[in-house]
Amino acid sequence: MGSLGMIIGTWLAGFLTLAILSFLYKDNPFYKLAEHLYVGVSAGYWLIYVAFFDVEPMLVTPFMEETGVEKWILIVPAALGVIMLSRWFPKTAWLSRWPIAFTVGVGAGLGITANLQGYVVPQVQATLLPMTGFNLVSLNNLILVVGVVTTILYFYFSKAHKGVLGVTAKIGIVFIMVSFGASFGYTLMARISLLIGRLYFLLSDLLRVID
Amino acid sequence: MDKGARRSFWEVMDDMDRRIIFLILLVVVTLPLIISVGGEIPPTAPVISAHESVEALEAGDYLMVSIDFDATSAPELMPMLRSVLRQAFAKDVKVIMLGHIAIGLPLGHTALEQVAAEYDAEYGVDYVNLGYRPGYIAVMIAMGREIEDIFGTDYQGTPIRDMEVTRDIHSYADIDLLFGFEHGAVIDYWVRYAQARFNQKMTFGTTAVMAPDAYPYLQSGQIEGLIGGLKGAAEYETLIGQPGLGTRGMPAQQWGHLLVIGFIVLGNLGYYFTKGKRKRSGETA
Amino acid sequence: MKRTVPLVITFLTGTFLVISFFVPHAPFGELEQRLLVWYAIVAGFTMLLGVDSLIRAHARRVARTREGWAFSLALLAGLVATVVVGVIGRVQYGSPFHIQSPFMFIYTYAIVPLQATMFALLAFFIASASYRAFRARNWVATLLLVSAVIVMLGRIPIGAAISQFFPVAQEWIMDVPQLAAKRGIQIGAALGAVSMSLRIILGIERSYLS
Repeated sequence: MGSLGMIIGTWLAGFLTLAILSFLYKDNPFYKLAEHLYVGVSAGYWLIYVAFFDVEPMLVTPFMEETGVEKWILIVPAALGVIMLSRWFPKTAWLSRWPIAFTVGVGAGLGITANLQGYVVPQVQATLLPMTGFNLVSLNNLILVVGVVTTILYFYFSKAHKGVLGVTAKIGIVFIMVSFGASFGYTLMARISLLIGRLYFLLSDLLRVID
Repeated sequence: MDKGARRSFWEVMDDMDRRIIFLILLVVVTLPLIISVGGEIPPTAPVISAHESVEALEAGDYLMVSIDFDATSAPELMPMLRSVLRQAFAKDVKVIMLGHIAIGLPLGHTALEQVAAEYDAEYGVDYVNLGYRPGYIAVMIAMGREIEDIFGTDYQGTPIRDMEVTRDIHSYADIDLLFGFEHGAVIDYWVRYAQARFNQKMTFGTTAVMAPDAYPYLQSGQIEGLIGGLKGAAEYETLIGQPGLGTRGMPAQQWGHLLVIGFIVLGNLGYYFTKGKRKRSGETA
Repeated sequence: MKRTVPLVITFLTGTFLVISFFVPHAPFGELEQRLLVWYAIVAGFTMLLGVDSLIRAHARRVARTREGWAFSLALLAGLVATVVVGVIGRVQYGSPFHIQSPFMFIYTYAIVPLQATMFALLAFFIASASYRAFRARNWVATLLLVSAVIVMLGRIPIGAAISQFFPVAQEWIMDVPQLAAKRGIQIGAALGAVSMSLRIILGIERSYLS
């Protein structure tokens, strides 16, 4: 891209940025235009990446280069993919259940072992923490264990939250709220960072007020 | 409400047009960007661990970089990405980039080309961009057996066996560290599907939104380190000694936080002082 | 045929992948690898499903010059332009994503600012909500707000300047209570995912067939 292209591009980006920001004042045609463009170019992007990151390198190229079984077996995934598109037509839509069943089956099969091996087991293991005496580390370990257990119990709805379960659920809610508060705080930070990113673009690339 | 009645300060505040709030936020975040360039941000433990995991790599080792974000979180993640790439190229570590969020991949590619040029790194010899393949978990697990099965070619269609950098790369066994840049659930897939099954060493940079969810992985030792949000990015820049857009954005970030905290306090004071009035009008309504 | 075949496909693929996890040797490992590659190929096609209905809806609006048809036309023009420059990039530079490809122009100067600014709007809405909606109505809500404020102060330099309490408390909240609750919730969710996967494989859960 030449420097003229960069200048035109920066002004285009500036216009689109301001068009979206104008929504803050009120809904208007510039915002609507930018919003529709966003959906359009994004959809175009999907098509391009399916073509050049899926169909071409994983189906077309191997089909041209492979021989024998390896070549012809590619018909199976290609067919599953094409059948998926039968959803476009109401009469044949039911056929798309086959490739969907395949993807759901793969997801479920992999999910069982991954969630147990990759989360439940290591996370439970990491919760079994030592108490080494009356010190800060032990206290924090104790709080962590209590927090994990009471949070899990809070989401146990098969029994009314009364008696012992009522007490543990009350403790659980303390941990849950502190955690939600932390997540909320972090989310606020992230949103402000995004605004900084856009303002930096406007002030630096477009207006050249700062470098 | 009775129109003739004099309204208290808090009632007027309560009725404030939200566009005034928007304007205040705009001004409060813009001014520090113009006035202040920001100072060093002292690093915290999760970021130091992240830095150390890359520092432990030696020349010729392989770093896999995963672009799992898009423009919606670029201000947080791009500064981290650039810092990690700089650190890697400075150490002559080989970089293999790929991504699971298709619409963000070009961002990663742009950063890769920029930083590679700074260090005179050569495409196909020192680094490569494999691009994207659909189906997150399938891609991750298949790479545990043979990367070529899933990424037969790089993003431009060059066979990976034809390039020096990937000629002998087959699976996670050949990757010394994976560094993922995350704005969503892909981090969970990496840990649960690739780390757990293939024991791949992993470090992550995440948006502030995702960072709290990643802490359990850090404590359990499933991941090596964690950079969270713009502040984390600024800390990392301190560690590599090259301030960038993370450090640059922190003064604005700071004032943004203070303003929002101010809003929360003010909103609650108003809530407290108009409580009695609301109760009375509630009774008559 | 319409229901049984999909249920059988799900049962066979799901069960097979659980077995191949425990027995990764031949022939299970090779077959698993093949299924994974197929999955990746098929997953891409699911992306096309939404694009179709999008094009149809907006093409109809343009054809009938219904209210807002000009915006729909802009949407379709954006879509076509992106595809065209993508193909040009592929032919001319080997990939649409090559740094010099015209596709990257649309990406850098249209997709990035549009997407990023859409999300930057959230900063304004969350600021407004923090003034209007985040009220300490009871002790639970108060706890949430106090935790949020400590975390926000602990992550900025001025927090440490006011008192070392803020960064220290921030780190403690993240490392201990918030971690504990996240872990508890996630363990529950992971177990839920396992049981859901089992229900799907065994054909008890069939909502994906509707």
